[in-house]
Amino acid sequence: MSTLTPTPLTPTPLTPTPGQTVGPFYGYALPFSKDNELLAPGSPGSIRLQGTVYDGAGHAIPDAILEIWQPDAGGNIVRRTGSLVRDGYTFTGWGRAAVGNTGVYTFTTVNPGPTKPGGAAFISVAVFARGLMNRLFTRIYLPENEEALANDPLLSSLDPERRRTLIARRDPDGGLSWDIRLQGGDETVFLDFQQDGSLDLATGDLATENPA
Amino acid sequence: MPQDQTVQQLESDELVPAAEPHAGHASSDAAAHTQADLSAEIGALSAAYARALAGVAAPETQPRLDYAPYRSSILRHPTKSLHHADPETIELYSPAFGHQDVHALEADLTIQHNGEPVGERIIVAGKVLDGDGRPVAGQLVEIWQANAAGRYIHKRDQHPAPLDPNFTGVGRCITGPDGSYRFTTIKPGAYPWKNHLNAWRPAHIHFSMFGTEFTQRIVTQMYFPGDQLFPLDPIYQSIVDQDARDRLVARYDHELTGPEWALGYTWDIILSGSRRTWTENEAFGDAGDEE
Repeated sequence: MSTLTPTPLTPTPLTPTPGQTVGPFYGYALPFSKDNELLAPGSPGSIRLQGTVYDGAGHAIPDAILEIWQPDAGGNIVRRTGSLVRDGYTFTGWGRAAVGNTGVYTFTTVNPGPTKPGGAAFISVAVFARGLMNRLFTRIYLPENEEALANDPLLSSLDPERRRTLIARRDPDGGLSWDIRLQGGDETVFLDFQQDGSLDLATGDLATENPA
Repeated sequence: MPQDQTVQQLESDELVPAAEPHAGHASSDAAAHTQADLSAEIGALSAAYARALAGVAAPETQPRLDYAPYRSSILRHPTKSLHHADPETIELYSPAFGHQDVHALEADLTIQHNGEPVGERIIVAGKVLDGDGRPVAGQLVEIWQANAAGRYIHKRDQHPAPLDPNFTGVGRCITGPDGSYRFTTIKPGAYPWKNHLNAWRPAHIHFSMFGTEFTQRIVTQMYFPGDQLFPLDPIYQSIVDQDARDRLVARYDHELTGPEWALGYTWDIILSGSRRTWTENEAFGDAGDEE
C-alpha cells in the first residue's frame, strides 16, 4: 500500500459546492435493481431495517430517499465495488432505498459490528427529499449494547430525549425499526461534520453563527 | 410565512407540476401565491442577508434548509441545529464503485435509444475535487434531468410538454484519476412547478457525487449561465450568497465545444475536505476491479 504523493495543498481550502434538493423526480434516476438489498433477503444473518420518514406535521413523506453505509457483521469496513450491479453474494456495505407512497423504506442488511472493541455499532445514513435543500446525515445505533451506547462520544453528547432518536428498536423478527422525523418534537438528530462547525446550516439563522 | 392550510395544499399539490398551459385560466388547485408575492419574499430575505453580511456575519456557503419561499421546505427542515460530530470509522470511508457498476456508455445520454434525442446536444465536463484541491478519483457521478422540452420521464411529471422517446435523461460515470467526469447530453428545458402561480425552474441538471469519505456525499444541481429565471427561483435563491450561487453555474467553454457537434460547458465540483490519510489504491476501490 503506497501512500499517494501529496498534492500541494492550496493556500486556502476550497469552498465546497452548495447542495440542492433532489426534487420530486429522482425516482427514475437514482433507484436501481436491488438497491435496498445489501444482501439477498433470507440470506443467513440478514435482517430487515425499516421505518417511516415524517415531516413536521407528522405526515409521512412519499418522496424521500435514504442511503446507508455500514460495516459488516464483524465490524469490518468493506471496500468492495458492486453496489449498483449486485452479484447477489458480495456485501458492499452500501444501499439506497426510496420510500414508498406511505413514506416507508426497507433495507435488507446485516447487524453492523462495532468497528473498534467496546464501540457502539451503528449504520450511517444520508437523507434526501423533495423540500429538503441539502442532504442530512444521521446514524442508526443498534439497541443492545447499553454500555457501549453509554460510552459513545456522539450519544453521550446528547440529552436523553434526543439520544433516543438515533437508537433503533429491535423487532420480534430480529429486524430493526427506525423512523426519521425531519421536524417536530421528536425531531431526529442530524449531524454536522464540518471542521469548524461554525455555520448553523439547519436554520440559516445568521444570529447563531460564529463569525470567527 | 403562509397559513398552515396553504402549506398543506402545496405539500400535496407540488407533486404534480402546473399543468395549466393558458395564462389567466388557472386551475382550481393552482398555488395561492403569485410570482410577485414570492419575489417580494425572496427580496426581503436577500436584503436581510446583505445587511448581515455588511455587519459581522460570515458568508453562507450552503443553501438554507429553512427557506420559506420554497414552500416544501417549511415542514421538511430540521428546527434544531445540526449536531456537531466528529466522523468515525465508517464515515471516514466512502462506498466503493468501479467499472462493474457503471458502463462507459452510460456517460452519453444521447445514445441510449434507437434514435437521436431532440434538442441542443451539449457536453458537460469538469473535475471533482476535495476541499484541499485533491482529485476525487474512481467515484460515482450520477446525473438526471428533464428533456429539451422541460419534461422528466416520471409518472408524476404531467407537465404537458412532449416526452422524447429517445431521451431518458439519466447518466452515470466514474471519475478518472484526475477527478474528471464528462457527459454528453441534451440541454434541458425550463419547466413549471406548483410552488406558486407561474413558477418555473431554471434549466438544470441534477448531480449526485460521492467523495473519499461518506461525509463528503453531495447532491446538487448544475445551472446554465445567463438564465433569466435565476432571480425568480426559490430553490436557486435558497443559496442566499451570490458567490455561493455562482458555484452552481457552469461556464460555457469553447475549448470543450465540439466542432459540428455540441456546445461545451465546464463545471467543477468541490467536496468538503478529507480528514483521513488517503492512499492511492483506495481511489479505485478493489484493485481487481480495474482492468
